[in-house]
Amino acid sequence: MNRALRLLRRRLVSSIPVLLIVIVGSFFLLELAPGDAADAYLLSIGGGDPALVQALRQSYGLEGSALSRLWLYLTSLVRLDLGWSVIFNRPISGLILERLPNTLWLMGSAVALSFTVGSALGIVAGSKPGSWRDRMLSTGSLALYAVPSFWLGLVLIVVFSVQLRWFPTAGIETIASGRHGLARARDIAWHLALPVAALGLIYLALFLRMMRTGMAEAWRQDYALAARARGLGHRRIAVFHIARNALLPLVTMLGLQAASMLGGSVVIESVFAIPGFGRLAQEAVAGRDAPLLTGIILVSAVLVILVNLAVDMAYALLDPRVGANEVAA
Amino acid sequence: MNTISLSRRTLIRGSALLLASTALPPVAFGQSGGRLVVAADSEPRNLNPAIVASNGVFFIASKVIEPLAEASFDGEGGLAPRLAIAWEGSDDGLSATFKLREGVKWHDGQPFTSADVAFSALQVWKPLQNLGRLVFANLEAVDTPDDHTAVFRFARPTPFQLVRNALPVVSSVVAKHIYEGEADIAASTANLVGTGPFRFAEHRPGEYYRLERNPDYWGEGEPKLDEIIFRVLPDRAAAAGALEAGEIQLAAFSQVPLTDLDRISKVPGIEVYSKGYEALTYQLAVEINHRRAELANVKVRQAIAHAIDRDFVVRTIFLGYAETATGIVPKNAPEFYNGDVPAYPFDVDKANALLDEAGYPRQDGGTRFRLRLLPAPYFTETRQFGDYLRQALAAVGIDATVVNNDAAAHQKAVYTDHEFDLAVAPTVFRGDPAISTTILVRSGTPAGVPFSNQGGYENKDIDALIDKAGETVDTKQRTELYKQLQVLVAQDLPIINVADWGFITVASSQVKNVSNNPRWAVSNWADTELES
Repeated sequence: MNRALRLLRRRLVSSIPVLLIVIVGSFFLLELAPGDAADAYLLSIGGGDPALVQALRQSYGLEGSALSRLWLYLTSLVRLDLGWSVIFNRPISGLILERLPNTLWLMGSAVALSFTVGSALGIVAGSKPGSWRDRMLSTGSLALYAVPSFWLGLVLIVVFSVQLRWFPTAGIETIASGRHGLARARDIAWHLALPVAALGLIYLALFLRMMRTGMAEAWRQDYALAARARGLGHRRIAVFHIARNALLPLVTMLGLQAASMLGGSVVIESVFAIPGFGRLAQEAVAGRDAPLLTGIILVSAVLVILVNLAVDMAYALLDPRVGANEVAA
Repeated sequence: MNTISLSRRTLIRGSALLLASTALPPVAFGQSGGRLVVAADSEPRNLNPAIVASNGVFFIASKVIEPLAEASFDGEGGLAPRLAIAWEGSDDGLSATFKLREGVKWHDGQPFTSADVAFSALQVWKPLQNLGRLVFANLEAVDTPDDHTAVFRFARPTPFQLVRNALPVVSSVVAKHIYEGEADIAASTANLVGTGPFRFAEHRPGEYYRLERNPDYWGEGEPKLDEIIFRVLPDRAAAAGALEAGEIQLAAFSQVPLTDLDRISKVPGIEVYSKGYEALTYQLAVEINHRRAELANVKVRQAIAHAIDRDFVVRTIFLGYAETATGIVPKNAPEFYNGDVPAYPFDVDKANALLDEAGYPRQDGGTRFRLRLLPAPYFTETRQFGDYLRQALAAVGIDATVVNNDAAAHQKAVYTDHEFDLAVAPTVFRGDPAISTTILVRSGTPAGVPFSNQGGYENKDIDALIDKAGETVDTKQRTELYKQLQVLVAQDLPIINVADWGFITVASSQVKNVSNNPRWAVSNWADTELES
């Protein structure tokens, strides 16, 4: 346990320069993109006269150089102030707090879905590599993986919302329903079913394939032979000996997938009209709202760092070999 | 085994749901009332229509805040009274008198008076509003002899024809008592308070806007609806799905894509309307950078105009929901439209001949010259036309490279940096050429202003004509000048107009009185009904 805690401290300290690089990098990336917040806004209202253009640029604080704006941003960040969103005319921290839970629910459920179903199917496939069951699952999951998420989302809408009418087509909850507590949670779960499926099913293949490959390899190990020699049943060996060892790389994968799902949620949130983090990011880019986008990327980076930290910790607890060298050094 | 039990369960669940759905009562009873759920594709940054006169804002805010007059199919001069009941301009163009409606109350109960109109005009429309700044540039004072008369005084003659045509767009009246004393009205976060048929109730960012019935509305028996919900649906394909599933009842501004219309029009209980956008005509135009030597040659511009098959564009890109254009004024602005102008029918041979004449023969590869083509990204149709134009130009030996940008980058490239040769723009005709049309051809607009002449075009005759029309008070003379302007523009082609289009509204057949005025989607919907 002490080992895990020291690992935690080390990782937290080393993440500070990572965050700084992320902030400066994203700030300048948006700076390099042609057009600024005033350009984006002018187009959305259908134009204006030169004096209006000037006034807008001034009120958005776009007059100074990029470096002076970055310095202003960093100094306010030190005071834990994420700044003011130009496109929403609101404090950024409030905006992010409002949108983040929706995305966390979406991502959390999708990761849980793809991890549990993916690894379970991976066990089925890997318990007898090369069997018809294995081939079917492997091919099917690969086909799903090849499907773009927005398309899968639209197909799910057409089948389950438009034709069967089991689920709503869009939104995070029923509009102005006045529901509270458990009823509201159920309502949100009902709305999230399709987007979670669209996001989760696509990443399922990775876990399935990884589990299957891990198991296929483990079958060739000496301990598998030893277990068989002891006369254990096939199913018992598959689940308790083979699958358990093949599970470790999946935990690593879990951390990596959390980051890429954050990207995937941008698309899914637009298709299903979920007011989440990903859509906020898209709006920030389209509106050239540099402080907002930097805030979003900053919070995302912190999220990813935390998830990976949790994965490392879990790994350290699961496998006594991990982290021993790092802490000793 | 597993798969069979799963399908049985889903089958049972499905039939249970089907049974349950027949037991559900219909959404609305009787002739009036009910909740209308409408698709919205964006959430405007500033929802105050007195400050931001744009369709995205009007779509939601026009139900809350009303203008002095609204566009009308059958009203006198194409207008129907709203907060004003009569209007008249003086012969010298130095004043305009509005008689205001009596007995109107703001949503907070305060009476609506001429002081509100004076405040809106002088403190909001003239200094702050994107279009009002132009129309009311010479507004000096607003006299209020009594509570229901407002007399606008202009420092220089301002054609009343312009003021009248602009009324639906520039004259949204806000309450003086709400904004008086605010240091920065444009940055105000006060909720919308208007006189309209609906009150602003709630905005859940990223989810919806909710408007509720104003029981004290001045219109007798109006509004008919209890509630309007504008549901934020950023994905167009998903909006069509929500309509089919009955989760929304109306999608305006072609939020259901044209390609889906054929299918969705066959769905029982869904109607498709192409009317109701006559006063907000969008124009598909090719913007030209006259700084390029080749494009500064009028023969080259004429060749490009001949190379475009306008009928094909209307048929294939707009699926018939558009009209071919002859110039900078669309056909459905009959007050100003002049069809008697030089025309450029589709003729590849003529285009080739003109390019040869201009001194740009085909090189070895068959290419005359290369250029950059920047289609505006805001509409599917502008992007598709960009692809078409590239092919049409290839047919006459001009090799165009399509450069795709997002909105902000397009604005910077075309209207600020002039990093383009040809651009495809969706310009808008707003009822009078002086509002947003002449700026497309007149010289002298500094860089950075979108939807203006940023192609470096300068023609003294055109500039003089526009300036003269700007100060001509007599309606007949002024109209005549704009008819002449269309001839000059069609001759010299500073910009090439290809097609004029309106949008499509798709609605459940329960929704009544849809598309009954030329700005329907952005009007107040006081008479819109939901039938059960």
